[in-house]
This record gives sequence, structure tokens and C-alpha cells, in this order.
Amino acid sequence: MNNMRRAFLQWAGGIAALAAAGLLRPAQAWAASWNKAGFESKVVNDVLKSLGAANPAESKEITITAPDIAENGAVVPVAVASRLANTQQISIVAEKNPFPLAATFEVAGGGEGYVSTRIKMGQTSDVWALVKADGKYYVARKEIKITVGGCG
Amino acid sequence: MAEPMKIRAILQGDVADVRVLMLHPMETGQRRDAKGELVPLHFIQSVVVTHNGKTVLDAQWSQAVSRNPFLGLRVKGAKAGDRISVTWVDNQSDKRTDEAVVAPAS
Amino acid sequence: MAVVRRGFAALALACLVTPGTGLAQVKPDAGITIGRQMLADDNPGELWIEQGKTLFHQKRGPKSASLEQCDFGLGAGKLEGASVRLPRYFSDTDRVQDLESRLVTCMVELQGFKRDDIVARAISPAGSNGSDIEALALYITSRSNGMKMSVSLDHPKEQEMYMAGEYLFFRRSGQTDFSCLQCHGDADKRIRLQDLVHMTSKKGVQEVVATWPAYRGAHFVVRTMQWRLYDCFWQMRLPELAYASDVSIALTTYLHYQGNGAVIKVPGFKR
Repeated sequence: MNNMRRAFLQWAGGIAALAAAGLLRPAQAWAASWNKAGFESKVVNDVLKSLGAANPAESKEITITAPDIAENGAVVPVAVASRLANTQQISIVAEKNPFPLAATFEVAGGGEGYVSTRIKMGQTSDVWALVKADGKYYVARKEIKITVGGCG
Repeated sequence: MAEPMKIRAILQGDVADVRVLMLHPMETGQRRDAKGELVPLHFIQSVVVTHNGKTVLDAQWSQAVSRNPFLGLRVKGAKAGDRISVTWVDNQSDKRTDEAVVAPAS
Repeated sequence: MAVVRRGFAALALACLVTPGTGLAQVKPDAGITIGRQMLADDNPGELWIEQGKTLFHQKRGPKSASLEQCDFGLGAGKLEGASVRLPRYFSDTDRVQDLESRLVTCMVELQGFKRDDIVARAISPAGSNGSDIEALALYITSRSNGMKMSVSLDHPKEQEMYMAGEYLFFRRSGQTDFSCLQCHGDADKRIRLQDLVHMTSKKGVQEVVATWPAYRGAHFVVRTMQWRLYDCFWQMRLPELAYASDVSIALTTYLHYQGNGAVIKVPGFKR
């Protein structure tokens, strides 16, 4: 068997293996399976365990943009920017929520380490931004106070 | 259900600033309606964003994301005219896909 | 219409403040305004503009007609620049009308809906998909985005409405002895975290007339000026303000005229 044919067969075999592992689905179907264990965790430590994020290192390269005081706990804007190289994943965790994990964002391809959304918070609490970069976990925290505006 | 989203994608240098507004009740399953009955859990579980067909963001949400949700993200290496596509799927298997074209900075 | 109020009565009474003593006088700092800015920058209310446009052109009601023949003051179906001249006198009804009462007129006359039915559903329950009037009022007002509020008082009935509205704005009444002034007559007032617009200043009243209809964050739907006035009356413990009533149109005439020159920018974003 000549070298080119051998190389081709090795390459084809590799592709077949990837396909068998389900890693070559078209873009629309490439949605990670929902992290049930994480979303149903009632304490932050269980959330960390479900993500494989035990003992995340504090990082100043993560910026949380959110109000100090939010006047409607049902709609709290939170944006997370990560300057860590090779940011792969950003999770938003509201420590005192009944289910602390609010959202996890896998950043792929040309995605920048930035996400912005709005979450429900049941009470004043620290909000954690958990970032996975280069396979390791980092964290930043910000307290958001929840109050009400007006007379209801 | 499945009302259209509103997607804005504006170029800032070579990064597209993408903002998505969605209409969805994002019910926690804890709320009671006017009759006192629990409104069932109904929320977007998955949001996938692609840039010219390539996945750039793959999000998993819980019912703690706010009603009528918002998603903001940034896409590196974008050019005016590029396609941004957003798909959401909820826990009742309802889904919605909308597209927008990256606009140059005004 | 009363659905929004259910369950809040006790809480609201507890927070009622005595004028001049309980209202705080502190400017909000950056840690609060950043939250408001983030919400206003991406306003879910915009999603209802398209709905309003669809409803405007859709053949609806017993007469299966669209609203394309509705005259908002500039001729049938002409929307651009119409809402900034409202309220105004209409000869076909021989009344001064605001945008919402004009929508009611057209939905009855052109589409055959019953007035009572329209009014009953005009203000949607919080958390719902919103009412047809809320979407329509937003769409029609958005067609004047970027234009200036330009109410004129040429017709005697317009002048009457304006004077009635001015009188109502300043009149103290009801069990709380409130007029609009108690909350809106001074700068830098708030109730808990809710800033109270200083509506006897040009800047304040212009800010108000420029930003309704608005997405009410806590209700998750678009709200209109009719709703805003209705809610103020409720906060003041005055008798219920009837939808599209002369009292509501009088106050709207007064406020819009005071706010002339304001640049329309809807949907607004409110708490």
C-alpha cells in the first residue's frame, strides 16, 4: 500500500470515528445536552460539581456589569465580559436563588468572551460569573441588591 | 406560540455586536394564575447562535432567565453582510429561528 | 381591567406617603442607573411594533375591515406625524379625542366591534400577550418617532379640554387630598426606588409625552397613556378613571400641549 493511500485511509478512519462520536452534526443540531444536574442543584457547590468547576480561581479578568441595586428582581440585567485567553464557557449563578445556576453559555468559533442577559433573582444575593478558559475555571462575584420601586 | 425575535447585529471594527429580543413567558412553574392554579414550567432551554452557518454561541438556560428574554453577544471576525442566525428551543419542544444580516456601523 | 390590581391593595396602602414628608429627595447614583440603562437599551416593547402594524392592516371585527381608512387627524390612514398632533378636535365625532379614543371610534365604526368589548380588553393583564389597542397605539405612535410633539389649541373645544386638563392637574381631591403636584410638582422626588418625574418643568413633561406608549418591565407588556393616567388615579385613591373618558382626554391634552417640542421616542421603558 503506497504512502498516500495509507495517509488517506488514516484520515478517513479518523473522520469516521468523529462522526460515530456525534461530533460532526450540522450547526443547528450541535446543541450540548441540557445540564439537568446543574440546573436542578439547590446549592452553589453542587452547581460547581456538575460543571467540574470545584475551587475556581478568583480573576480580575472577568467583569460583571450589573446594577448594584435592581428595582425589579424579575428582570435583573447581567453582562459578563472575560478577557481570559481561550474563554470557552461562561455561567451565571445567583447564589441565593432556589436553583442558583441561571445560564451557561458555550463560546465557540469566533464568539468573544462576552454575554449579556437578564435573570430573575429572588432576593439580594451575590451573582457569580464562572468562566472556563483553557480548561480551567475562574470566578468573579458581584452583590446585587433587590428592592422594589414605587407602590407596586 | 413562537413569536418572531428581533435581532440587531452592528459591526464595531471587526466585531459584530449582536442583540436579540425574544418573546417567551419563561414560566418558573411556581406562579399561580388568576384562578389560583399553578402555571406549568415553560422556558427556553437552548439558544444557538451561528455566524455564516458556524456555531458561535451555544447556551443552556434555566427558568431563572427573565420573561421576554434578552441575549447579547459579540462575534469576532465579522463583516457587513454576514448572516447571524438564532434558534431557541423550549422545554415543550416549541422552537423558533430568526436571522439577521450584520449591518455596518452607522 | 381590575386584574392588575389583585393582591397589591394591602401592600400599596402600606406604602402611601404623606405629601412633603415621606417622599425622598436623593438623586439615583450610577449603581442604579446602569441597570435602567441596560434595560432601556434593549427594549422588549419593540416586539409589539410589528404586531401593531399587522393589526392595523388586518381585516378584523364583524365588518371584516382594516383600520386603513381610520382618520387620525391627517386624513384616512395617514399615520406619519398624526400622533404628535393628538389630542385634537374631530368633526365626525364633534369631540376632542386622543389616540386611544380615536382607535376605539375606528374599531367601532369601521370594524364593527362593540365599544364595551374594546374597552374591557384595552388594558391587558400583566404577563399576557398584550391587547390589540396597546400594540396599535404603540405602532401608530412609533410612526411619529423622531418628530416633535405639536399639539395646537385652535378649536374652541381644544381650548376647553386644555383648560379642563390644567384644572384637573392642579386640583386636590379624594381621600388623600392629592393633586398631580404632590408627586410630580418638585424635582428629585422618588417613592422608594421609583423616580417621580418633575412634570411642572418643561424637561420633565417633555420626557413624559415623548415616551408613551412604553414597555412596563414589571408587567411584561406595553402600556399606554390611558393606562398611566388610570394607574395614577388608582395610586391617589380617586374614583376609577374610565377608559378614553373626557377626564383622561383633558389631562392628556394639557400634558401633550405642555410637552410640545418633545421628540417622540417610543416604546419607552418603564420599571
